[in-house]
Amino acid sequence: MNQTKVMAVASGGGHWVQLMRMRPAFEDCRVVYVTTEPGYADTVGPGRFYVVMNASRWNKLRLVGLLIQVAWLLVKERPDVVISTGAAPGYFALRLAKLVGARTVWVDSIANAEEMSLAGRKIMRHVDLCLTQWEHLAAEDGPRYAGAVV
Amino acid sequence: MIFVTVGTQLPFDRLIGAVDAWAGRTGRDDVFAQIGPSKLRPRHITFAPFIEPAEHRRHTQEAEVIIGHAGMGTILGALELGKPVVVMPRLARLGEHRSDHQVATADRFGARADVTVAPDEHALAGILDRLEQLHAGRRISGVASDRLIQTLRDFIHGTTAASPA
Repeated sequence: MNQTKVMAVASGGGHWVQLMRMRPAFEDCRVVYVTTEPGYADTVGPGRFYVVMNASRWNKLRLVGLLIQVAWLLVKERPDVVISTGAAPGYFALRLAKLVGARTVWVDSIANAEEMSLAGRKIMRHVDLCLTQWEHLAAEDGPRYAGAVV
Repeated sequence: MIFVTVGTQLPFDRLIGAVDAWAGRTGRDDVFAQIGPSKLRPRHITFAPFIEPAEHRRHTQEAEVIIGHAGMGTILGALELGKPVVVMPRLARLGEHRSDHQVATADRFGARADVTVAPDEHALAGILDRLEQLHAGRRISGVASDRLIQTLRDFIHGTTAASPA
């Protein structure tokens, strides 16, 4: 078992389904999953699993709660790499990851076929690797394209 | 069985109402709908606001066709199990989502034979009348493309340079 620790973060639904399809990329690492849906616990197999608040940018109070939860998990788990497909939990995890020295990667959801997601556009300048899943959205000063979840 | 699903974030009454009206008109009595946080009370179909992920998967498995919003959870969930899926995009101007990205998703994935797009509820009614004509595809693999996996693996193990910020 590789000792690299990966924190994989996604809100429930499509973001999570896409993150699960990337699992072979970190199957030989120690993995910590963070999501908003408790029901996913039995789908991840070995690896730690945490549930955080479901919040969007429309609910400021919940966003603050989520921020604190994510910050605590980063301090507690001290991952080497943080990866996220979205949305709010991933945004916070990637923004705060530098505090614990983790490297960061954002994979913008394949749902965003016309432009990067809002969270993706905001996080782009703050992550080590930013990927879009649509070749036509790749740009010299923007996200890279390196394949897709499907 | 027909499984209808609109995700957990927002209601999508335009879709649920159209399916409910169609079931009432045709007498189709094996429709189950996951309707999200909605006040709507469908009369002709069984429904629940939310269901557990395992139950969602079981319904997808058992259904002959999936009807849903144009969300990636719905689309990938159907394709991973080789089920035909009909999607109707949520529209921001009707307050159904915060942006029109589902229109773009539907446009792109509608190019696949196993994904049928209903631009609106009227088109959906027409598609529902001809469900037997929908094509099921082969199950897609359960994982992302080799290139994406390899790119992420290289990044995780520090064998690639970071992208220019």
